[in-house]
Amino acid sequence: MSDSLTYAYYPGCSGAGTSMEYDMSTRSVCDKLGIRLTDIPDWSCCGSTPAHTVDHSLSSALSARNLQLVEKMDLDTAITPCPSCLTNLKTAEHRMQKDEMREKVNKLLDTPYKGGVATKSVLQILVEDFGLDALKKSTIKPLKGLKVAAYYGCIMNRPPEVMNFDDPEHPMAMDNIMKAMGATVLPFPLKVECCGASFGIPRKDVVMKLSGKLLDVADDLGVDALVTACPLCQMNLDLRQTQINSATGAKHNIPIFYYTQLMGLALGMSEKELGMDKLCVSPRKAIDAIGKEEKKIAETLLRRRLK
Amino acid sequence: MKIGVFVCHCGTNIEGTVDTAAVAEAAREFPGVVFATDTMYACSEPGQDEIIEAIKEHKLDGVVVASCTPRMHEPTFRKTLERAGLNRYLFEMANIREHVSWIGRDREANTNKSVDLVRMAAAKLLNNKPLHAKYFDMNKRVMIVGGGVAGIQAALDCADGGLEVILVEKTSSIGGKMAKLDKTFPTVDCSSCILGPRMVDVAQHPNITLYACAEIEEVNGYVGNFSVKVKRKATYVDWDKCTGCGICMEKCPSKKADNPFDEELGKTTAINIPFPQAIPKKAVIDPNFCIKIKRDKCGVCAKVCPSDAIVYDQVDEFVVEEVGAVVAATGFDLVDWTVYGEYGGGQYPDVITSLQYERMLSASGPTEGHIKRPSDGKEPKNVVFIQCVGSRDKSIGRPYCSGFCCMYTAKQAILTKDHCPDSQSYVFYMDIRSPGKMFDEFTRRAQEEYNARYIRGRVSMIYPKGDKLVVRGADTLMGDQVEVDADLVVLAVGAESAHGASDLAKKLRISYDAYGFFMEGHPKLKPVETNTAGVFLAGSCQGPKDIPSSVAQGSAAAAKVLAMFAKDQLESDPAVSVVDIKRCIGCGKCISTCPFGAIKEVDFRGQPKAEVIETICQGCGICTATCPQGAIQLQHFTDNQILAEVNAVCRF
Repeated sequence: MSDSLTYAYYPGCSGAGTSMEYDMSTRSVCDKLGIRLTDIPDWSCCGSTPAHTVDHSLSSALSARNLQLVEKMDLDTAITPCPSCLTNLKTAEHRMQKDEMREKVNKLLDTPYKGGVATKSVLQILVEDFGLDALKKSTIKPLKGLKVAAYYGCIMNRPPEVMNFDDPEHPMAMDNIMKAMGATVLPFPLKVECCGASFGIPRKDVVMKLSGKLLDVADDLGVDALVTACPLCQMNLDLRQTQINSATGAKHNIPIFYYTQLMGLALGMSEKELGMDKLCVSPRKAIDAIGKEEKKIAETLLRRRLK
Repeated sequence: MKIGVFVCHCGTNIEGTVDTAAVAEAAREFPGVVFATDTMYACSEPGQDEIIEAIKEHKLDGVVVASCTPRMHEPTFRKTLERAGLNRYLFEMANIREHVSWIGRDREANTNKSVDLVRMAAAKLLNNKPLHAKYFDMNKRVMIVGGGVAGIQAALDCADGGLEVILVEKTSSIGGKMAKLDKTFPTVDCSSCILGPRMVDVAQHPNITLYACAEIEEVNGYVGNFSVKVKRKATYVDWDKCTGCGICMEKCPSKKADNPFDEELGKTTAINIPFPQAIPKKAVIDPNFCIKIKRDKCGVCAKVCPSDAIVYDQVDEFVVEEVGAVVAATGFDLVDWTVYGEYGGGQYPDVITSLQYERMLSASGPTEGHIKRPSDGKEPKNVVFIQCVGSRDKSIGRPYCSGFCCMYTAKQAILTKDHCPDSQSYVFYMDIRSPGKMFDEFTRRAQEEYNARYIRGRVSMIYPKGDKLVVRGADTLMGDQVEVDADLVVLAVGAESAHGASDLAKKLRISYDAYGFFMEGHPKLKPVETNTAGVFLAGSCQGPKDIPSSVAQGSAAAAKVLAMFAKDQLESDPAVSVVDIKRCIGCGKCISTCPFGAIKEVDFRGQPKAEVIETICQGCGICTATCPQGAIQLQHFTDNQILAEVNAVCRF
């Protein structure tokens, strides 16, 4: 089954910069699972937030340029780890279904885009194409004893009529993957709350408040770590955690993983391969919590035997 | 035949976009037409008199009126003809209002189309024959389906008027939604205190037969002579013996049965009388939770029952009741609010429905009238009410306003303060809709005297934080975000048609709208009639209604039934199918296609032939289209009449 899974892979700009560990872990997890990722030659920025706040046709053109490259590769599905890229690529496809918009956008492109490339998140193909049962079977080192909550961010599943995947208010894809790989998943009530996103630049106070709330609730739940699927969410929660602490007086110390990093651990990969050293809040206590109980039991048994 | 044509202006309704004088002029050239004129209001008294005078003066023996839909005024003009001494079937109506003037602005095109429609009507009229109605007896008993407040009112009014009434209720007690309520708005009087005595009246009325735990299985027949098969569901208790003492409930060890009466707030016993004022006050066993029925153990209720009423092997029974009229009063159910992920989709125990809150407020409810959070039983301090949950929301296919939620939310906010003086209520609303007697004053009282904080805006999210629920929403008047730390959230869940309403509608052969509410005969003029003769509506089955409106409709439906039964006999519509016995080859195709079972096979000199039972035939014409011989013809709509219309319109 898994050897037939081949996709065009769009890492997004942050994958090449701030979320390098997301890109690294995504690539190594997919490789391990036999999912073939083919890089899109000469891919370019999707336009991100700045483009679509200024001009819809510009934003669509920037995304469609990439979709047109996928078309050339003779592949019908592009996957990306980043929800923001996902939104832009999917919205471009959605908008260009209207003739008027398609003509307008294609005028801006060197090579026109015909349409029809499906863009999905890596998360979606892991759940839908690879499957949870197969993930369970591939797990070598289950994440036993690790208490996590999954945080999806506000755009992974919304608007539902464009994203077309999982529940827009109570998504479960990451919860289910973590569960399948042995972690204890606690119900996170703020799964789709906004972290403050790119407001970190003009209005840092907003991010302190919004991301601070996410960390408060996560601490109340008593999680060992949060898992995320979005470079911006991860950055706000991880990189800015000490800023949040000093702004709100909290004492959060919650490791913020990309879900692919924890998947990697469960698949038996090394911390280095998964870019664990790139995280700001030390993941040590969370990683150590994995299999702690088992280790204790094993030690006691060993001690007994030695006696 | 000498035909007169009257083209109505209908004020400017028709004349505004149709040249009626030109239509009348064109009509004078049609075969058979000897007189044609335009007229201001054909249906008015002078308008009708003009028709009568023209009939006399020009010795007309047929009339065409070009005006509105026949559903509006065909009966009016038929009576006009009868007053002038003509048979009422020598009348045709051309609909040039709904089919022409209201839907097009091009005056010339409209005029041409009107001419065509009048030409068709005149051509058909040339082929019309006088038809005569027959009279038939009726069974002056009435069946009321649904024992909520509307059904109770209809039953009592009919019974007081001397009719024999059969009241059929799906659950084990009458009372409906009103019996679940604690208080009623805007008077804040006790719901069960005002409903209870009416329920007792139903039980004690000599003219009322009550079937509780019963549903309509099948409806046959026609106005005046319905035959209704009622399924009496097994209750596993012999109700003739049961005294309602309740010992069985006290002793029943299976205490985790579903509790629909308390809206699943808490559990109940497998053998159960839902509430102290239940009518009939009889016990019912829920077979899904009875240990004896499920595992053949226990049997405690049978041992303790002083009247030996428990029957574990009882089965469903069927009774057939012959009635002349049926009143549907099946009420409403709540929208499934768990579709709203932003309110937690049902995963937070302290987010409850308004009906659950009513049960909590009620002294006979699961918390004995104390407001307690389902999660930990603590008394709440901050209570947040969210209105329009499942009402006025196109995104879930419920665009309509449920009508009563604004008012009961105000009531619940007032009661919250009464029960817990230290509490603070917050109400998130879209608009306050309070157009009733003393209604707006009441919502003001909730705000001004009981200090309920009304926030205009929608709630975007509810999430737990510690043992509280954070309710986040918009305050659109202040243009601000609000967050309230709530102990309890009450959702004003909107109404939708009762589950199973469409099945009943099919059995009764009445229509229902896109949301499952039964369709009234006319939105203004026939609010309790349906388009099926002899079937009437009362209460929320026709659309969400508060208690006074439901009671009013119950009485209105009863008045309609009493008026119908005040006649000695009913008139049958002669526009039914008739078999030409010479042409009929006895193939039986019409029998198998008739949806009403109105055609039977008879033996005619050793040959099988079809015969129409006139009183059952509804005049739908399916048999006419089926008959390979053209032997069965629908009177007033014969092949010749319809072909005459087709020829008139397809002249080129």
